[in-house]
Amino acid sequence: MAQELLVISGKGGTGKTSVVGAFAALAEHKVLADCDVDAADLHLLLSPKVREAHDFSASKEALIHGEHCIGCERCIAVCRFDALSMVDGVAIVDPIACEGCGVCAHICPEGAITMEDVISGNWYLSETKYGPMVHAELGIAQENSGKLVALVRREAKKLAQRAGCKYVIIDGPPGIGCPVISAIAQVDLALIVSEPTAAGIHDLERVLALADHFGVETAAAINKYDLDLARTDQIEEYCRGRGTPVVGKIPFDEAVVKAVVEGVPLMAYDPDGQAAQEMRTMWMNVVEYLDAL
Amino acid sequence: MILTVASGKGGTGKTTLAVNMALLLAETMPVALLDCDVEEPNAHLFLHPAIDACEPVTLPTPVVDEERCCGCGKCAAVCAFNAILVLGGRALTFPELCHGCGGCALLCPEGAVTEEPRGIGVIEAGWAEKVRFFHGRVDIGAPLAAPVAAAVRKRAQERQGLIIVDAPPGTSCPVVAAVKDSDYCLLVTEPTPFGLHDLQLAVGMARELQVPCGVVVNRVGLGDQQVAAYCASEDIPVLLEIPFDRRYAECYARGGQLVREFPELRDKLRKLWLRIRMEVEGDGPGAAGH
Repeated sequence: MAQELLVISGKGGTGKTSVVGAFAALAEHKVLADCDVDAADLHLLLSPKVREAHDFSASKEALIHGEHCIGCERCIAVCRFDALSMVDGVAIVDPIACEGCGVCAHICPEGAITMEDVISGNWYLSETKYGPMVHAELGIAQENSGKLVALVRREAKKLAQRAGCKYVIIDGPPGIGCPVISAIAQVDLALIVSEPTAAGIHDLERVLALADHFGVETAAAINKYDLDLARTDQIEEYCRGRGTPVVGKIPFDEAVVKAVVEGVPLMAYDPDGQAAQEMRTMWMNVVEYLDAL
Repeated sequence: MILTVASGKGGTGKTTLAVNMALLLAETMPVALLDCDVEEPNAHLFLHPAIDACEPVTLPTPVVDEERCCGCGKCAAVCAFNAILVLGGRALTFPELCHGCGGCALLCPEGAVTEEPRGIGVIEAGWAEKVRFFHGRVDIGAPLAAPVAAAVRKRAQERQGLIIVDAPPGTSCPVVAAVKDSDYCLLVTEPTPFGLHDLQLAVGMARELQVPCGVVVNRVGLGDQQVAAYCASEDIPVLLEIPFDRRYAECYARGGQLVREFPELRDKLRKLWLRIRMEVEGDGPGAAGH
């Protein structure tokens, strides 16, 4: 059974994707999954070749058949999402506001509203230099990112089982909302990438609380730890106090940004630099942790 | 005017920009700051507002009267979110999946379903010096950030003057709730392929919502030139470039206020505000970028 390692952060921009890129180059026998379907970036480091592309459709949208609309406005009265309005005596839908609940279609006395599937994204099975990868993109202003996250995870896990892989390494979304909940439920380990800033610490606490809520094992990494040593100490103490091991402390190193600019994992850009060495140590610590579970 | 600060990519400096513009502009005009990143709100860490009001954000969620329920299954058939299941003639509800559409209560033939408010988060209001402050926090484990973000965003209605909205990262539902019906959207990015990729998504979102947008490039000097080239090709104005400066990063790290420590940024942000006003009031290049 492959183990799932999720890399998340709460706060955006702390370096999740750079960490996953480094792990991609370091880990053997793994499948990579980009579950930040809102703003997926891992492909920019791993240059996947798409083998299969699929539509993703999980939501519906109201479609009004204007020729049957009698202008009774009942649909407008029942819609809680302000998605319907009248133009020239006929109801129209604002597709961005429509939640897809279908109450309007049920209430319309003329049967003038039907609920239609929406293609809200795509997902891909790909090959990279570092192994197979599952990734996706959500359409702009689309809903159901949580379901797309769940799908990417499911496909990555299937692929890992089939190929006898040891790990699924997941690049997670920021925040603690629906996509993160989909990404974290039942993973083997959530590695939280933090930074020694007031905001980083605040967001780390909330994302750890979320992991607790779902009973998930946690480890922490502190990126750019030398930016503020006092806050780094504070994070370490906080993590120690709650039994979350700090498995890595990555120094501020311009090589990390330069690797992103070059579009390659850090390990391919500057394998002997300070940050790269720390990534290596961190990966060994993570493996040790996963083995012990 | 409602000015929303968004980004696509996280950690590019949305909150820094929103907070410091609010502090600076509040010296001369009425300003409210709405932190709509309800999953990970951070603006209060820089503003330290004195909170004077707190109210829950709720969603109407079904409650089934078992005596009246005939087990017909209509509610479960109506629910698009699998929040009601009928098993063995009994209706079971899953409140955390409910979107509050009210379909079950409306369509139950026995009138057995009523709705009760269920807390999904809170909104707090306060003052940070002259800045009127609002933020929201979605409850840990509650998957519905968008209604909480929308509830914070609604507070714009009660304010005059400039309203600065700090949006969450990404481009999906909670971001849409923050950006929709804004007069202008500032997209903060960084000059890297990640920043560029996510900026393109954010521009797509702003255009979909028909909100004019302009770009602020943060940490200039650390990356490459692709963001500038993209903005030029798409006719999107780059309104401000902030150089990478370790002193700014350290000030941010400790929750400091840049406009109090770096006079050169005061000038830059004031010019940024004048540019935005021109874009909104005149037919600037931002309008063409629609």
